[in-house]
Amino acid sequence: MHRTLLLLVVGVSLAFGVDWFLGEFIEEYVVRIINLCGIAIILAVSLNVINGLCGQFSLGHAGFMAIGAYVSAYFTTTLRVLNTETGETVVRAPLFDGAWGFVPALLIGGMAAAAAGLVVGVPTLRLKGDYLAIATLGFGEIVIIMLTNFESVGAARGLPGLPNYASSFWILTFAWICVVSSVFLQRSTFGRALVAIRENELAAEVMGIRVARLKVMAFIYGAFFAGLAGGLLGHLLRTISPSTFGFMKSIEVVVMLVLGGLGSLTGAIVGAIVLTVLPEALRDVEQQAKLPGIRMVVYALVLILLMIFRPQGIFGQRELSLKLLRRLLPGGRK
Amino acid sequence: MLELLATAEPGGTSLAQALLQQVANGIAKGSVYALIAVGYTMVYGVLQLINFAHGEVYMLGAYFSYYPAKWMGYTTDPEDPTFVPAKVPLYVVGFLFVCSMACCAFLGMLIERFAYRPLRNSSRLAALITAIGVSLLLQNGGIMLFKADPRGFPTLIEQSSVDLGLVALTNTKIIIVVVAAVMMTGLHLFVQKTRPGAAMRACSFDMRTARLMGVNVDGTIGLTFAIGSIMAAVAGVLVAMDQPTIDPLMGLMAGLKAFVAAVLGGIGSIPGAALGGLLLGVTESVVGTFSTTYAEAVAFVLLILVLLVKPSGLLGKSGREKV
Repeated sequence: MHRTLLLLVVGVSLAFGVDWFLGEFIEEYVVRIINLCGIAIILAVSLNVINGLCGQFSLGHAGFMAIGAYVSAYFTTTLRVLNTETGETVVRAPLFDGAWGFVPALLIGGMAAAAAGLVVGVPTLRLKGDYLAIATLGFGEIVIIMLTNFESVGAARGLPGLPNYASSFWILTFAWICVVSSVFLQRSTFGRALVAIRENELAAEVMGIRVARLKVMAFIYGAFFAGLAGGLLGHLLRTISPSTFGFMKSIEVVVMLVLGGLGSLTGAIVGAIVLTVLPEALRDVEQQAKLPGIRMVVYALVLILLMIFRPQGIFGQRELSLKLLRRLLPGGRK
Repeated sequence: MLELLATAEPGGTSLAQALLQQVANGIAKGSVYALIAVGYTMVYGVLQLINFAHGEVYMLGAYFSYYPAKWMGYTTDPEDPTFVPAKVPLYVVGFLFVCSMACCAFLGMLIERFAYRPLRNSSRLAALITAIGVSLLLQNGGIMLFKADPRGFPTLIEQSSVDLGLVALTNTKIIIVVVAAVMMTGLHLFVQKTRPGAAMRACSFDMRTARLMGVNVDGTIGLTFAIGSIMAAVAGVLVAMDQPTIDPLMGLMAGLKAFVAAVLGGIGSIPGAALGGLLLGVTESVVGTFSTTYAEAVAFVLLILVLLVKPSGLLGKSGREKV
């Protein structure tokens, strides 16, 4: 308990310090990329619990993000709702105001996404592998199509004017909380049971693990953080539209995870950072080589080659740790 | 069709007529889904792989007939609006179809050889992600080469409305239904009656035993990809002919929905793909009568319902996991 509290205090003060440092000394473009990295880390680490630890291949992460983003935006944004009877546009002030209103809005968004995780998790329990992947993909698409139909959140045009609440401080704090809680989860009996389900569901069940219940819990956990990340992303981009959270977004998160090594927490973090920075770096290459569109082609090629030559990802299921570093450094212990 | 909808009144006979019209349109739409879905179902039957790149093969099928038509001067010129393209003779239409089919068959085998074969013995997940990668590659390669904006497809056949008694369909839609029916029947006979077809069934039943019995497994898998791609190419040209515009992202949704159709009918079954495609097309069109935006969700709602109630699909065989 003391350790948890200590970790939280350390994380928050670190985030505070980094936020101040970034604001003072680093140019805005770089800060933005760091913020996007933080959000990507939350996404990849939370999906790692569902896909990596529990072995349930989900392609619906963007759907959870969309729910989190829209629900949190609903509480923080000035909405213009068209009254269909009178034909007038009603302006509704934000329900939660200021930076301290942001946190409850985010949490409500996360909880809404977690509820969706429950709704998706329970019926898809009996599906495995590809079928689960395609069913979760279908769920994500349904969310997007529903949002496209809701006139009160701007339908296909999207929802503009989200307040500028997602500072580096909040993004890094939540990324820290997500990573630390995932570390605790991995070491707990819950995490070990999830790994048992991944390795052999039938054997796990025979050993007395309540497979159905744990799978749903993994879904809820992953969805909650995906919702948080969605809320943060929304308030960082300041305009959200259903197309932001399309099926490509889910694929992007899966690729981060696979690049780092499915099942490895540090792998997920490294994958998230690499795949957020790489497209930005390639953007310069694209401009200099005068080949618009080459960025995504390179991205796809990297993915295919990675799968052919190193299907287990950079780290496999190992974790990047001081021990591993020491072994790799020259003169280190074998 | 639009006039019919405009005069339709809820509860009246005109609504019934509009619905009937939508069913007819849905059959045309469903025939296209069915043509694409066989590619998914055959590959899944043999390799247990969702070939995500199949939707892109369909998109390229349309482009592989667009460019020859353009080079032969049968397309409108955006630079010169006064230019009137010549009427496309029937033998050229045939040539465009064959050209697109041949290119796509080659492309399908190429994808199998270089992207999927090296991964045949690794995890299913790695293969699935490679398939997503190939799909992204073709999509973005397409955007890079062909540009993202839609292009007008040359008028292969002058569109006209044909009155079929209760409903009216354009002649291109009738061609879609007829061509799809002929090709699906042909494919079914090929798989059931010929030696290569028997080899294909043997591979999908048990690849290892098939190899021991002297079946050329690699060749058969290549053939499976080639045939699936040919069907997708035909679907691509037919749709391009009917819609008259094509764009590099047209394969994304069509591919996903065709996959849904394959799952609906029972993955691995060719008659299932036909049935699933038609069912999806008709349902989508009928829902589209009431709301066009929600019609997009129909495929996915159907998918989840089928997976929950009967995961093996309507005509699929159900397997049990052995301990």
